[in-house]
Amino acid sequence: MKETRITMGMPATIEIVDAGATQESLDMVFDFFNSVDERFSPYKTDSELSRYNRGEIAEGDLSEQMKYIFVLAEKTKNDTNGYFDMRHNGTCDPSGIVKGWAIHEGANLLRAKGFQNFYVEIAGDIEVSGHNTDGAPWSIGIRNPFKREEIVKVVHLSSGGIATSGTAIRGDHIYNPKGDARPNDIASITVIGPNVYEADRFATPAFAMGGDGIQFIEALPNSEGYMIDTKGIATMTSGFTKFTRALTF
Amino acid sequence: MKKIILSIIVLGAFGYYTFSQSQNTPTVAYVAPQTVSTKKQTTLVDQTSVPVATPVSVPVSTPKPVPVTKPKPIPVPVTKKGLYNDGTYTGDVADAYYGNVQVQAVITNGKLSNVIFLDYPQDRSHSLQLSQRAMPILTQEAIQAQSANVNGVSGASDTSAAFQQSLTSALAQARA
Repeated sequence: MKETRITMGMPATIEIVDAGATQESLDMVFDFFNSVDERFSPYKTDSELSRYNRGEIAEGDLSEQMKYIFVLAEKTKNDTNGYFDMRHNGTCDPSGIVKGWAIHEGANLLRAKGFQNFYVEIAGDIEVSGHNTDGAPWSIGIRNPFKREEIVKVVHLSSGGIATSGTAIRGDHIYNPKGDARPNDIASITVIGPNVYEADRFATPAFAMGGDGIQFIEALPNSEGYMIDTKGIATMTSGFTKFTRALTF
Repeated sequence: MKKIILSIIVLGAFGYYTFSQSQNTPTVAYVAPQTVSTKKQTTLVDQTSVPVATPVSVPVSTPKPVPVTKPKPIPVPVTKKGLYNDGTYTGDVADAYYGNVQVQAVITNGKLSNVIFLDYPQDRSHSLQLSQRAMPILTQEAIQAQSANVNGVSGASDTSAAFQQSLTSALAQARA
């Protein structure tokens, strides 16, 4: 059972392979995503986040969920030595971790219902469990940052999360195979972690680090990465290939 | 004159090594330019008398000798020992983004034999062999289009304005 909807202004896809999957199970996760959007959207003027930023809600009066996200944001700030910071120019925007957290929590809702084989994605950040409809680990392509319709790598996951951070500029404009790209000119970095929250919260700061980002991922426990520079050269962490081996049945 | 040239070479080598270390790149300079001949020398500590620029700024390429007089070939010692002088050298504190890194390089038989971490994030072990954690050499490849059928695709979400905003702020900090 599989469905894609737009939530938080982005496409979200949920697929449940287990026999007990119902429309209700899918709705449960989509409803959760919508509630996250209502609460955390920096664009909706009546979201809790927007009201907090306007000073209409005191920090102590925030919802437990918002407080929890603030704690996670502070932790990520420390873990990335300030490369992630939800506070800038006087406003608070935890978007950098909310998406990954929401996907992971959506997956947890499915786990709590007893599902073991599923796929949850929002706009290219994915958490999986178990196997796909063929009984094989989930196969995930890494998008070519220079050609949206193309993938340049396939990884196989039976648990965990994958997230990619990259330039928002369409690749065609920056791809220059013969150009003198500096080492810091990175087109995208993909992180595989124990869950999508962990993968996502490190992908963006790793991207901001430029060419050193892949070493940052290398130093993280339980995480692997695949970085593509603007010349189309990929650099992978030492354990990355364990996800790329072709699986035979 | 010889001494000065020699000093420049040593400085260059040390600078290249420090530069490589500080850049945290996979290509660590264990294999330094082979053209540099080496001779018995005093330790790097003696260079304090030379007005040392920050090692990071030393160019990677071997500095050109002053072309006034062609340096006469230095008598090469019978046993060529390597690029470095034996000893233990303490590097600068370098910001590795996720914490400070300060290392000591141990040179044995003219070659880098060990790197001792004086300061390293996340309380890693204080002495690590080069082959283990230090500066891993990561595999690279040219990307190639794959034709495989996949269950999903991971990519940067340019559909999300929030994502772009967050990224911009992260990049702004990166430039600071």
